[in-house]
Amino acid sequence: MAAIDDLAKLLEETPGGGVVLTTLDAVMNWARGKSLWTFPMGTACCAMELIAASFSRFDFDRHGTIPRPDPRHCDVMVVAGTVTRKMMPAVKRIYDQMPEPRWVIAMGNCAVSGGIFYYDSYSVVRGVDEFLPVDVYIAGCPPRPEALQDAVLQLRKKIAAQSISPKRTRAVQSDLAMPSDPRKGDVTATRADAAGDVSEVTS
Amino acid sequence: MRIEELRERVCAMYPDLCPLFSIEFGDGTIAVPLERIHSALADLKDMGFDRLGMVTAVDRGEDFELVYRLQSRTLRAGMFVKTMVPRSDPKIPSVCDLWPAANWQEREVYDLFGVVFEGHPDLRRILLPDDWVGHPLRKDYQDERIIRRPDYI
Repeated sequence: MAAIDDLAKLLEETPGGGVVLTTLDAVMNWARGKSLWTFPMGTACCAMELIAASFSRFDFDRHGTIPRPDPRHCDVMVVAGTVTRKMMPAVKRIYDQMPEPRWVIAMGNCAVSGGIFYYDSYSVVRGVDEFLPVDVYIAGCPPRPEALQDAVLQLRKKIAAQSISPKRTRAVQSDLAMPSDPRKGDVTATRADAAGDVSEVTS
Repeated sequence: MRIEELRERVCAMYPDLCPLFSIEFGDGTIAVPLERIHSALADLKDMGFDRLGMVTAVDRGEDFELVYRLQSRTLRAGMFVKTMVPRSDPKIPSVCDLWPAANWQEREVYDLFGVVFEGHPDLRRILLPDDWVGHPLRKDYQDERIIRRPDYI
Protein backbone atom coordinates (compact mmCIF):
# COMPACT_ATOMS: atom_id res chain seq x y z
CA MET A 1 0.00 0.00 0.00
CA ALA A 2 2.90 2.32 0.56
CA ALA A 3 3.64 2.77 -3.14
CA ILE A 4 -0.01 3.52 -3.85
CA ASP A 5 -0.11 6.05 -1.02
CA ASP A 6 2.93 7.81 -2.44
CA LEU A 7 1.38 7.78 -5.90
CA ALA A 8 -1.85 9.28 -4.57
CA LYS A 9 0.05 12.02 -2.78
CA LEU A 10 2.05 12.79 -5.90
CA LEU A 11 -1.03 12.97 -8.09
CA GLU A 12 -2.78 15.17 -5.55
CA GLU A 13 -0.01 17.74 -5.74
CA THR A 14 0.47 17.65 -9.51
CA PRO A 15 -1.66 20.09 -11.53
CA GLY A 16 -4.21 18.05 -13.41
CA GLY A 17 -3.38 15.01 -11.32
CA GLY A 18 -6.85 14.90 -9.89
CA VAL A 19 -8.22 13.72 -13.20
CA VAL A 20 -5.76 10.88 -13.29
CA LEU A 21 -6.52 10.13 -9.66
CA THR A 22 -10.24 9.96 -10.30
CA THR A 23 -9.74 7.62 -13.22
CA LEU A 24 -7.37 5.50 -11.18
CA ASP A 25 -9.89 5.37 -8.35
CA ALA A 26 -12.60 4.28 -10.71
CA VAL A 27 -10.46 1.48 -12.11
CA MET A 28 -9.30 0.29 -8.71
CA ASN A 29 -12.72 0.41 -7.13
CA TRP A 30 -14.19 -1.39 -10.10
CA ALA A 31 -11.57 -4.09 -9.72
CA ARG A 32 -11.98 -4.33 -5.97
CA GLY A 33 -15.75 -4.24 -5.97
CA LYS A 34 -16.19 -6.88 -8.64
CA SER A 35 -13.88 -9.48 -7.18
CA LEU A 36 -14.80 -9.60 -3.53
CA TRP A 37 -13.46 -12.95 -2.43
CA THR A 38 -15.16 -13.91 0.78
CA PHE A 39 -13.91 -15.70 3.80
CA PRO A 40 -16.92 -17.75 4.98
CA MET A 41 -16.63 -17.36 8.74
CA GLY A 42 -19.59 -19.64 9.36
CA THR A 43 -19.95 -20.06 13.12
CA ALA A 44 -23.60 -21.16 13.35
CA CYS A 45 -26.72 -21.90 11.34
CA CYS A 46 -26.46 -18.78 9.12
CA ALA A 47 -23.62 -20.64 7.41
CA MET A 48 -26.28 -22.81 5.76
CA GLU A 49 -27.64 -19.78 3.93
CA LEU A 50 -24.10 -18.71 3.17
CA ILE A 51 -23.46 -22.10 1.57
CA ALA A 52 -26.75 -21.93 -0.30
CA ALA A 53 -25.86 -18.49 -1.61
CA SER A 54 -22.65 -19.76 -3.18
CA PHE A 55 -24.25 -22.68 -5.05
CA SER A 56 -25.87 -22.61 -8.44
CA ARG A 57 -29.39 -21.63 -7.49
CA PHE A 58 -28.31 -18.24 -6.18
CA ASP A 59 -24.93 -18.27 -7.89
CA PHE A 60 -22.68 -15.93 -5.98
CA ASP A 61 -19.94 -16.25 -8.56
CA ARG A 62 -21.74 -13.92 -10.95
CA HIS A 63 -20.93 -11.10 -8.51
CA GLY A 64 -17.31 -12.19 -8.43
CA THR A 65 -17.83 -13.32 -4.86
CA ILE A 66 -15.88 -16.53 -4.52
CA PRO A 67 -15.61 -18.21 -1.13
CA ARG A 68 -12.02 -19.05 -0.27
CA PRO A 69 -10.86 -21.10 2.70
CA ASP A 70 -7.70 -19.09 3.20
CA PRO A 71 -7.94 -15.64 4.84
CA ARG A 72 -4.84 -14.50 2.97
CA HIS A 73 -6.74 -14.73 -0.33
CA CYS A 74 -9.79 -12.85 0.86
CA ASP A 75 -11.14 -9.31 0.77
CA VAL A 76 -14.30 -9.60 2.79
CA MET A 77 -15.11 -11.70 5.83
CA VAL A 78 -18.71 -12.82 6.16
CA VAL A 79 -19.31 -13.52 9.84
CA ALA A 80 -22.34 -15.80 9.63
CA GLY A 81 -23.55 -16.88 13.01
CA THR A 82 -23.14 -16.61 16.75
CA VAL A 83 -19.70 -15.70 18.01
CA THR A 84 -18.98 -16.92 21.52
CA ARG A 85 -16.36 -15.50 23.81
CA LYS A 86 -14.22 -18.55 23.18
CA MET A 87 -14.52 -18.14 19.40
CA MET A 88 -13.84 -14.40 19.49
CA PRO A 89 -10.00 -14.60 19.54
CA ALA A 90 -10.05 -17.04 16.63
CA VAL A 91 -12.26 -14.75 14.51
CA LYS A 92 -10.09 -11.77 15.36
CA ARG A 93 -6.96 -13.68 14.46
CA ILE A 94 -8.34 -14.77 11.09
CA TYR A 95 -9.43 -11.19 10.40
CA ASP A 96 -5.91 -10.01 11.20
CA GLN A 97 -4.52 -12.45 8.64
CA MET A 98 -6.54 -10.90 5.81
CA PRO A 99 -4.65 -8.45 3.61
CA GLU A 100 -5.85 -4.86 3.41
CA PRO A 101 -8.10 -3.44 2.08
CA ARG A 102 -10.56 -5.70 3.88
CA TRP A 103 -14.21 -5.53 4.77
CA VAL A 104 -16.58 -7.31 7.11
CA ILE A 105 -20.20 -8.31 6.56
CA ALA A 106 -22.13 -9.20 9.72
CA MET A 107 -24.71 -11.71 8.58
CA GLY A 108 -27.68 -12.52 10.76
CA ASN A 109 -29.01 -11.18 14.03
CA CYS A 110 -26.41 -13.00 16.14
CA ALA A 111 -23.54 -11.36 14.31
CA VAL A 112 -25.32 -7.99 14.34
CA SER A 113 -26.28 -7.78 18.01
CA GLY A 114 -26.21 -11.20 19.65
CA GLY A 115 -29.73 -11.88 18.43
CA ILE A 116 -31.73 -14.24 20.59
CA PHE A 117 -28.67 -14.64 22.82
CA TYR A 118 -28.65 -10.95 23.76
CA TYR A 119 -30.37 -11.57 27.09
CA ASP A 120 -29.47 -14.11 29.77
CA SER A 121 -26.39 -15.44 28.00
CA TYR A 122 -23.05 -15.80 29.68
CA SER A 123 -20.99 -16.74 26.65
CA VAL A 124 -22.18 -14.92 23.52
CA VAL A 125 -20.55 -11.77 22.14
CA ARG A 126 -23.25 -9.18 21.47
CA GLY A 127 -22.39 -8.45 17.87
CA VAL A 128 -19.11 -8.80 16.04
CA ASP A 129 -18.77 -5.00 16.00
CA GLU A 130 -17.48 -5.34 19.55
CA PHE A 131 -14.16 -6.39 18.07
CA LEU A 132 -14.33 -6.02 14.25
CA PRO A 133 -15.06 -2.97 12.05
CA VAL A 134 -18.28 -4.05 10.36
CA ASP A 135 -19.17 -2.49 7.00
CA VAL A 136 -22.54 -4.03 6.19
CA TYR A 137 -25.11 -5.51 8.57
CA ILE A 138 -27.73 -7.99 7.40
CA ALA A 139 -30.71 -8.58 9.67
CA GLY A 140 -32.54 -11.87 9.66
CA CYS A 141 -32.57 -15.15 11.48
CA PRO A 142 -31.21 -16.35 9.14
CA PRO A 143 -31.20 -13.88 6.22
CA ARG A 144 -32.03 -15.27 2.84
CA PRO A 145 -29.24 -15.62 0.26
CA GLU A 146 -30.74 -12.69 -1.64
CA ALA A 147 -30.10 -10.52 1.42
CA LEU A 148 -26.48 -11.60 1.41
CA GLN A 149 -26.19 -10.73 -2.27
CA ASP A 150 -27.77 -7.35 -1.54
CA ALA A 151 -25.14 -6.85 1.16
CA VAL A 152 -22.42 -7.47 -1.41
CA LEU A 153 -23.99 -4.90 -3.73
CA GLN A 154 -24.19 -2.38 -0.88
CA LEU A 155 -20.58 -3.09 -0.02
CA ARG A 156 -19.67 -2.50 -3.65
CA LYS A 157 -21.26 0.95 -3.42
CA LYS A 158 -19.28 1.64 -0.29
CA ILE A 159 -16.09 0.58 -2.05
CA ALA A 160 -16.95 2.81 -5.01
CA ALA A 161 -16.92 5.82 -2.67
CA GLN A 162 -13.34 5.13 -1.60
CA SER A 163 -10.29 6.82 -2.99
CA ILE A 164 -6.67 5.80 -2.91
CA SER A 165 -5.93 9.31 -1.72
CA PRO A 166 -6.60 9.52 2.01
CA LYS A 167 -8.03 13.06 1.76
CA ARG A 168 -10.71 12.32 -0.80
CA THR A 169 -13.90 10.42 -1.05
CA ARG A 170 -15.52 9.89 -4.39
CA ALA A 171 -19.00 11.15 -4.99
CA VAL A 172 -21.18 8.25 -6.06
CA GLN A 173 -24.76 8.24 -7.09
CA SER A 174 -26.84 6.84 -4.28
CA ASP A 175 -30.06 5.08 -5.14
CA LEU A 176 -30.88 4.05 -1.60
CA ALA A 177 -33.92 6.32 -1.35
CA MET A 178 -37.04 4.22 -1.56
CA PRO A 179 -40.67 5.14 -2.03
CA SER A 180 -43.02 4.09 0.72
CA ASP A 181 -44.66 1.55 -1.58
CA PRO A 182 -42.18 0.35 -4.20
CA ARG A 183 -44.84 -1.46 -6.18
CA LYS A 184 -46.62 1.67 -7.33
CA GLY A 185 -45.65 5.23 -7.90
CA ASP A 186 -42.47 6.89 -8.99
CA VAL A 187 -39.43 4.91 -7.95
CA THR A 188 -37.25 8.03 -8.15
CA ALA A 189 -39.26 9.69 -5.38
CA THR A 190 -37.59 9.75 -2.01
CA ARG A 191 -39.04 8.66 1.28
CA ALA A 192 -39.47 12.27 2.33
CA ASP A 193 -41.52 13.01 -0.79
CA ALA A 194 -43.64 9.97 -0.18
CA ALA A 195 -44.20 10.92 3.44
CA GLY A 196 -45.23 14.44 2.34
CA ASP A 197 -47.77 12.99 -0.08
CA VAL A 198 -49.29 10.84 2.61
CA SER A 199 -49.62 13.72 5.05
CA GLU A 200 -51.37 15.81 2.40
CA VAL A 201 -53.82 13.06 1.69
CA THR A 202 -54.66 12.41 5.31
CA SER A 203 -54.99 16.10 6.20
CA MET B 1 -34.39 -56.88 27.81
CA ARG B 2 -37.59 -55.78 29.43
CA ILE B 3 -37.55 -53.39 32.34
CA GLU B 4 -38.97 -55.93 34.78
CA GLU B 5 -36.18 -58.31 33.94
CA LEU B 6 -33.64 -55.54 34.35
CA ARG B 7 -35.17 -54.65 37.70
CA GLU B 8 -34.85 -58.26 38.86
CA ARG B 9 -31.21 -58.46 37.89
CA VAL B 10 -30.32 -55.14 39.49
CA CYS B 11 -32.27 -56.08 42.65
CA ALA B 12 -30.47 -59.43 42.82
CA MET B 13 -27.18 -57.55 42.70
CA TYR B 14 -28.16 -54.79 45.15
CA PRO B 15 -31.05 -55.89 47.39
CA ASP B 16 -30.78 -52.76 49.53
CA LEU B 17 -31.05 -50.42 46.53
CA CYS B 18 -34.12 -52.16 45.12
CA PRO B 19 -36.60 -49.61 46.57
CA LEU B 20 -34.63 -46.89 44.77
CA PHE B 21 -35.27 -48.47 41.38
CA SER B 22 -37.85 -46.54 39.38
CA ILE B 23 -38.99 -46.21 35.82
CA GLU B 24 -38.53 -42.80 34.25
CA PHE B 25 -39.32 -42.13 30.61
CA GLY B 26 -39.56 -45.84 29.90
CA ASP B 27 -36.13 -46.69 31.22
CA GLY B 28 -34.93 -48.11 34.49
CA THR B 29 -33.45 -45.58 36.88
CA ILE B 30 -31.54 -46.37 40.04
CA ALA B 31 -30.40 -43.93 42.71
CA VAL B 32 -27.11 -44.85 44.30
CA PRO B 33 -25.42 -43.32 47.36
CA LEU B 34 -22.37 -41.28 46.52
CA GLU B 35 -19.84 -43.53 48.25
CA ARG B 36 -21.00 -46.56 46.23
CA ILE B 37 -21.33 -44.95 42.81
CA HIS B 38 -18.05 -46.18 41.35
CA SER B 39 -18.49 -49.79 42.48
CA ALA B 40 -22.12 -49.79 41.32
CA LEU B 41 -21.17 -48.52 37.87
CA ALA B 42 -18.37 -51.08 37.69
CA ASP B 43 -20.83 -53.85 38.55
CA LEU B 44 -23.28 -52.61 35.96
CA LYS B 45 -20.51 -52.59 33.40
CA ASP B 46 -19.71 -56.20 34.25
CA MET B 47 -23.41 -56.97 33.92
CA GLY B 48 -23.23 -55.89 30.27
CA PHE B 49 -23.66 -52.13 30.11
CA ASP B 50 -20.71 -51.57 27.83
CA ARG B 51 -21.53 -48.07 26.63
CA LEU B 52 -21.63 -44.86 28.61
CA GLY B 53 -24.09 -42.66 26.74
CA MET B 54 -23.62 -39.48 28.69
CA VAL B 55 -22.78 -37.91 32.01
CA THR B 56 -24.66 -34.83 33.06
CA ALA B 57 -25.71 -32.97 36.16
CA VAL B 58 -28.69 -31.09 37.54
CA ASP B 59 -28.49 -28.31 40.08
CA ARG B 60 -30.91 -29.28 42.86
CA GLY B 61 -30.02 -26.49 45.26
CA GLU B 62 -28.24 -28.16 48.18
CA ASP B 63 -26.94 -30.95 45.93
CA PHE B 64 -25.92 -31.66 42.40
CA GLU B 65 -27.64 -34.65 40.87
CA LEU B 66 -25.20 -36.55 38.67
CA VAL B 67 -26.89 -38.60 35.95
CA TYR B 68 -25.15 -41.43 34.12
CA ARG B 69 -26.79 -42.92 31.06
CA LEU B 70 -25.75 -46.50 30.43
CA GLN B 71 -26.51 -48.56 27.37
CA SER B 72 -25.93 -52.16 26.48
CA ARG B 73 -25.75 -53.86 23.12
CA THR B 74 -25.79 -57.37 24.57
CA LEU B 75 -28.73 -56.79 26.94
CA ARG B 76 -30.52 -54.46 24.50
CA ALA B 77 -31.34 -52.15 27.35
CA GLY B 78 -30.54 -48.73 28.70
CA MET B 79 -30.71 -47.31 32.19
CA PHE B 80 -29.98 -44.21 34.22
CA VAL B 81 -27.86 -44.13 37.35
CA LYS B 82 -28.28 -41.11 39.58
CA THR B 83 -26.44 -39.90 42.63
CA MET B 84 -26.46 -36.77 44.75
CA VAL B 85 -23.25 -34.79 45.30
CA PRO B 86 -23.30 -32.13 48.04
CA ARG B 87 -22.76 -28.59 46.79
CA SER B 88 -20.51 -27.78 49.74
CA ASP B 89 -18.00 -30.48 48.74
CA PRO B 90 -18.67 -31.45 45.11
CA LYS B 91 -16.33 -34.39 44.66
CA ILE B 92 -17.10 -37.69 42.97
CA PRO B 93 -14.89 -40.53 41.72
CA SER B 94 -14.24 -40.49 38.00
CA VAL B 95 -15.39 -43.38 35.81
CA CYS B 96 -12.77 -42.80 33.12
CA ASP B 97 -11.13 -46.06 34.15
CA LEU B 98 -14.35 -47.94 33.27
CA TRP B 99 -15.40 -46.10 30.11
CA PRO B 100 -12.83 -43.87 28.38
CA ALA B 101 -15.79 -42.01 26.85
CA ALA B 102 -16.40 -40.43 30.24
CA ASN B 103 -13.35 -38.23 29.81
CA TRP B 104 -14.88 -35.32 27.91
CA GLN B 105 -18.30 -35.75 29.48
CA GLU B 106 -16.85 -35.33 32.95
CA ARG B 107 -14.80 -32.38 31.80
CA GLU B 108 -18.00 -30.75 30.59
CA VAL B 109 -19.73 -31.32 33.95
CA TYR B 110 -16.68 -29.94 35.71
CA ASP B 111 -16.64 -26.93 33.37
CA LEU B 112 -20.28 -25.96 33.74
CA PHE B 113 -21.11 -27.19 37.27
CA GLY B 114 -17.79 -27.30 39.08
CA VAL B 115 -18.09 -30.92 40.15
CA VAL B 116 -14.59 -32.30 40.71
CA PHE B 117 -14.02 -35.82 39.39
CA GLU B 118 -11.32 -37.47 41.47
CA GLY B 119 -9.01 -39.69 39.49
CA HIS B 120 -9.78 -37.99 36.16
CA PRO B 121 -6.67 -38.04 33.95
CA ASP B 122 -7.06 -34.51 32.53
CA LEU B 123 -9.61 -32.40 34.38
CA ARG B 124 -9.61 -29.09 32.49
CA ARG B 125 -12.30 -26.81 31.13
CA ILE B 126 -13.59 -28.05 27.77
CA LEU B 127 -16.21 -25.57 26.52
CA LEU B 128 -15.33 -22.27 28.15
CA PRO B 129 -11.98 -20.45 27.88
CA ASP B 130 -9.36 -21.61 30.35
CA ASP B 131 -9.35 -18.29 32.21
CA TRP B 132 -13.09 -18.30 32.89
CA VAL B 133 -14.18 -17.62 36.46
CA GLY B 134 -17.11 -19.59 37.85
CA HIS B 135 -19.35 -22.35 36.59
CA PRO B 136 -22.23 -20.88 34.55
CA LEU B 137 -24.87 -23.61 34.80
CA ARG B 138 -25.04 -23.33 38.58
CA LYS B 139 -28.22 -21.58 39.61
CA ASP B 140 -26.33 -19.04 41.70
CA TYR B 141 -23.89 -18.08 38.94
CA GLN B 142 -23.28 -14.33 38.74
CA ASP B 143 -21.66 -12.47 35.85
CA GLU B 144 -21.75 -8.73 35.24
CA ARG B 145 -21.78 -9.30 31.47
CA ILE B 146 -25.19 -10.98 31.57
CA ILE B 147 -28.08 -8.71 30.64
CA ARG B 148 -31.24 -9.94 32.33
CA ARG B 149 -34.27 -10.30 30.12
CA PRO B 150 -36.88 -7.68 31.00
CA ASP B 151 -40.41 -8.78 31.78
CA TYR B 152 -41.99 -7.25 28.72
CA ILE B 153 -40.10 -9.42 26.23
